[in-house]
Amino acid sequence: MIDRRVVVRGAAGAAVLLIAAELAGRSGLIDPVLLPPMSTVLAGAAGLLADPEFLTDLWGTVIVWATGLLTAIVIAVPLGVLLGTLPRAELAARPLVEFMRPIPSVALLPLVTLLIPYDHGVKITVIVYAAVWPVLINTMYGLRDVDPVAKETLRSFGFGRLAVLARVSVPSAAPFVLTGVRLAAATGLIVAISAELVAGGTDGIGAFMIRAGSGYRTDLILAATLWAGILGLLANMLLVRVQRWAFRWHTERTGA
Amino acid sequence: MLDVVNLSHTYGEGPNAHQALGGIDLKVAEGEMVCVVGPSGCGKSTLLRSIAGLIRPTEGQIRIRETTVADTPGDLAVVFQDYSRSLFPWMSVGDNVALPLRRRGKDRTARRAAAAEALEEVGLAAASSKFPWELSGGMQQRVAIARALAYRPSLLLMDEPFGSVDAQTREDLEDLVLKVREHHRMTVLLITHDIDESVYVGDRVVVLTRSPARVAGELSVDLPFPRDQIATRELPAFVHLRAEVGRLVRAKKESPPVQV
Repeated sequence: MIDRRVVVRGAAGAAVLLIAAELAGRSGLIDPVLLPPMSTVLAGAAGLLADPEFLTDLWGTVIVWATGLLTAIVIAVPLGVLLGTLPRAELAARPLVEFMRPIPSVALLPLVTLLIPYDHGVKITVIVYAAVWPVLINTMYGLRDVDPVAKETLRSFGFGRLAVLARVSVPSAAPFVLTGVRLAAATGLIVAISAELVAGGTDGIGAFMIRAGSGYRTDLILAATLWAGILGLLANMLLVRVQRWAFRWHTERTGA
Repeated sequence: MLDVVNLSHTYGEGPNAHQALGGIDLKVAEGEMVCVVGPSGCGKSTLLRSIAGLIRPTEGQIRIRETTVADTPGDLAVVFQDYSRSLFPWMSVGDNVALPLRRRGKDRTARRAAAAEALEEVGLAAASSKFPWELSGGMQQRVAIARALAYRPSLLLMDEPFGSVDAQTREDLEDLVLKVREHHRMTVLLITHDIDESVYVGDRVVVLTRSPARVAGELSVDLPFPRDQIATRELPAFVHLRAEVGRLVRAKKESPPVQV
């Protein structure tokens, strides 16, 4: 389980940062309008939970993020299984993947905005673009790393290729797929908020920040940032839980 | 029951080609337990994988009950040396044993019952709901044997099945295989590099030469059953047979096949 000393040290580190930020604001070292004291930010963050406007924005981000992530999974997992099982298809697709993967998905915003007239659709599209790659690559590697002895075992009993794929390759690659989903979730949130900041739109944490910024409410910008961070943290914790629970066989064996 | 005729296999092509098998003839009768021995790296596993239909030999023919093996025959079971890789870690022990039975057209209840029975036979009735990796190496190999047993194959292939366990476990597993084979009157082809083991468990020992492997010679093992780790191994006939097998294994490639 989690080491208690790790928790204590981690909390100490966070406390030092919070106190330093608090002092910087209070002492006048930094203009409190630019960097409000941490206590103000934390109080603001708590207050936001009672603010229906912010909740609508928070929900807007969660919706595009989750929809984008799910769509990416639906696209990338079957594609990864296909490319991971057919080496020729993988060779043909590799240059394309290597070229498209590094394109920052936010750079696609101007084009996507022209193509899709619908605000959430634009955001979901760029999230899908960013989230597809980690899932795709991890699925492909997971399938390529399936133990040949495991496959031959089932094959020797007379099972066909499709049965071996479904009963051996896919289950054995599943933990890698979930790792890809975890990476994609983190990337997806970054892209969701970036898209909201760049493209604006009606709702979203990013849209909230822009509105707070136009009113010089740096405390609210920071408070919203805090919630964005918490959102990412929660998603990761949830997925780690799923991984531990569903793939105990993998974690126990590899000691991961 | 098993008929291997002039089997050759070459890996790769051109200057990097490696001929693993150089024309092997081998027959296994119904209910017989044949051990194939040979120096390590001689192509024993290639022979087994060809019979299992996992690789397509370059030349020659394999017939099981008069049917030529083209793809995986579907009526045999293989126990591999590396049990930790051969068992599926995401499935319980019981599910591992039951899975191949889907090929037998059995429903869920029948599969479970057959798996439980096979596990009982290898002394692991209580381990059904555990995961393979929660068991010791010897126990994992017992699970692999139970999986093969439950399938009721017409031919059981074993590739160095006791090569990854300690000496004590090895003896236990040898006796287990002798017992279940006796009980089910199974036809078994066991591949090993261990001369003593081949004589101890086999009805017949076939010795291969260095690669490209050919049959160097074969011996009938007329030791009495049931075999016993201590008593059988001290019989003069056992000592004599292992010496004969040893000579064949060490023989130069040029020497003509010996028939004993």
